[in-house]
Amino acid sequence: MNLMEHQGKTLFRDAGIPVPRSHHARTPEEVGSFIDATPGAWVVKAQVLMGGRGKAGKIKLAGDASQGRAVAEEILATPMPPNRQNPHGEPIRSVLVEERLAIAHEAYCAITVDRAARKPVLIVSRFGGMDIEEVAERHPESLAKFYVDTAIGYSPFIGRELAYRAGLDAGYHRAFPAIAGALYDLFFRYGAKLVEINPLALTEDGRVVASDAKVELDDDALHRHPELSEWRGALPLDEDEILATGAGVGIRNFRRFPGNVGTMANGAGLAMATMDAVSNAGGHIANFLDVGGGANAQRVRNCYELVVNNTGATVFFVNIFGGITRGDEVARGIVDAMRQTTSRKIPLVIRLTGTNEAEGRRILAEAGMTPVETMDEGARKAVELAS
Amino acid sequence: MSIFLDKNSKVIVQGITGAEGSYHAARMHAYGTNVVGGVTPGKGGQRTPQGLPVFDTVSEAVAATGATHSCIFVPPPFAADALYEAHAAGIALAVCITEGVPVHDTLKVVGATAGMRIIGPNCPGLVSPGKALVGIMPGHVFKEGTVGVVSRSGTLTYEVVDLLTRAGFGQSTCVGVGGDPVIGTTFVECLREFKNDPQTQALVLCGEIGGTDEEDVAAFIAEHVADVPVVAFVGGRNAPPGKSLGHAGAIVSGAFGTAQSKIKAFEAAGVPVAGRPSEIPALLASEVARRGRPVPAASF
Repeated sequence: MNLMEHQGKTLFRDAGIPVPRSHHARTPEEVGSFIDATPGAWVVKAQVLMGGRGKAGKIKLAGDASQGRAVAEEILATPMPPNRQNPHGEPIRSVLVEERLAIAHEAYCAITVDRAARKPVLIVSRFGGMDIEEVAERHPESLAKFYVDTAIGYSPFIGRELAYRAGLDAGYHRAFPAIAGALYDLFFRYGAKLVEINPLALTEDGRVVASDAKVELDDDALHRHPELSEWRGALPLDEDEILATGAGVGIRNFRRFPGNVGTMANGAGLAMATMDAVSNAGGHIANFLDVGGGANAQRVRNCYELVVNNTGATVFFVNIFGGITRGDEVARGIVDAMRQTTSRKIPLVIRLTGTNEAEGRRILAEAGMTPVETMDEGARKAVELAS
Repeated sequence: MSIFLDKNSKVIVQGITGAEGSYHAARMHAYGTNVVGGVTPGKGGQRTPQGLPVFDTVSEAVAATGATHSCIFVPPPFAADALYEAHAAGIALAVCITEGVPVHDTLKVVGATAGMRIIGPNCPGLVSPGKALVGIMPGHVFKEGTVGVVSRSGTLTYEVVDLLTRAGFGQSTCVGVGGDPVIGTTFVECLREFKNDPQTQALVLCGEIGGTDEEDVAAFIAEHVADVPVVAFVGGRNAPPGKSLGHAGAIVSGAFGTAQSKIKAFEAAGVPVAGRPSEIPALLASEVARRGRPVPAASF
């Protein structure tokens, strides 16, 4: 689960990381009355998960209440346009009205899980306000990293050392070790995958402030934080994840693509290889789907309907490697599922192996389906039938 | 020989009275694995249908049976605790089958269990064919031989092993390292062991999108085992950025973790990459022939 800026900043504030004064608003009127009550120089920022808000004109300045109302209206009027990171764009449901900072410097600070080192890593750069990928490309020498020993945790020397190594402006030096420590505490308290301050601003009057907040939480750890469930409901939902949950498979097990060959396999690795086999055969995949273990009739039916009703599939390629499962049982499950379903019918190509696989293939053929012996053959047949 | 697991390994199952634990304990036992008992708190003193003793704690199980290996089938919130318990009791190798373990739990466990090898989490386990199987793999597709196999997934491994076995390539040890972002044993760590295993004469590596494990192992191969025939496969060439595909760890982040980057790394290390699993046996045969090293098919 990725958090919006205003949610991330709420966690930052609670953790003791300085953030600008702000107000989260859902309507232009709310923006206007907030500025009326607290006059000053404000900036109005669209609340979305995708990046590129500035370029899309979704961050605007407001000097007074009427201006605040006008820019909020403009920001909320249209969704975030698609970009490379998110080809669908994103609706804008709220804005953050925030104190306008007089910024002298912009730096970068983040903590994430380093998979190879199997440790949390703090990353600091004196260049902020741009994508970290861009920093890595343009100023690789500015990136300072520290791998934290989880048994020891954070200690202020880490922040001091990083500040020097990254070449942060001297104005950061006093405040930075405490900010990095607070960020580390937050990272651990929530079991986050990423906490990022970009930019970490140094203001003209010498304050160090988190001007933006990016927090990625671990879906597998959310059960420990019921207090965040309200936010979860307020976030824009990933439709593929909702559909997967509805069909009774894991949230990561279903993903749609623009093609016409529907796919399903048991196991994530095999499901990826199945997609690759379809594209190797010159076809265009409609989806990724890992049916998980135990392909019984109910599960197969749910998965068939998930694909047929939500993708452009004109054929459904089922690839089951029956390690422990019996081929004849899987075949009966598939046949029953197809009898029971009330959704539109598309041809099935089924690759099935396992104990009693020959019997399984006989059952499938009798029911008018296309059983095949190998993944490659199945992919070829499916691509043929799709075109 | 073999790596991580052999005939002498004494195996317990943590969570042995649960649905998964009891089913797979029976299968491991039937395969010939030396399963010496299991642990379920509150059920100590009972016996499984195979007559295996159940203990309340891992330390009791170790004291009574001399267990060296543990296979963990407990729900995700309790997996870290089960691993800490195994470590405290002196278990040498723990296989964590559980999927959905919070990544910070794994980070902390890995950092605090020095001396115990962890396979997984979110893995199918490992098998040294003809000797022992720990995990949920289907024993009948494996055949004893000389090819070491390392993979991040379950069913794809069985698919690849089935192809190898049919082509006459038996296996020394097959390790499913797991599909999570942080895992206890990486490809490189498996290869360090395979390198010193006299039974292992060739290697097959099944990677997938996400992380840099494949890039790291490619570098290791170029430096340390350039004389061994190796074939790789990388799943997920059609993966979209920013979204996990099934495995939590199978995710392309920006320019990182793509199949293309991994394929490039393998090829740069002189490791041929199969375009599809069915090409693996033939590629392996030609690598073996090219190096003039005999790989006896299932000669054990």
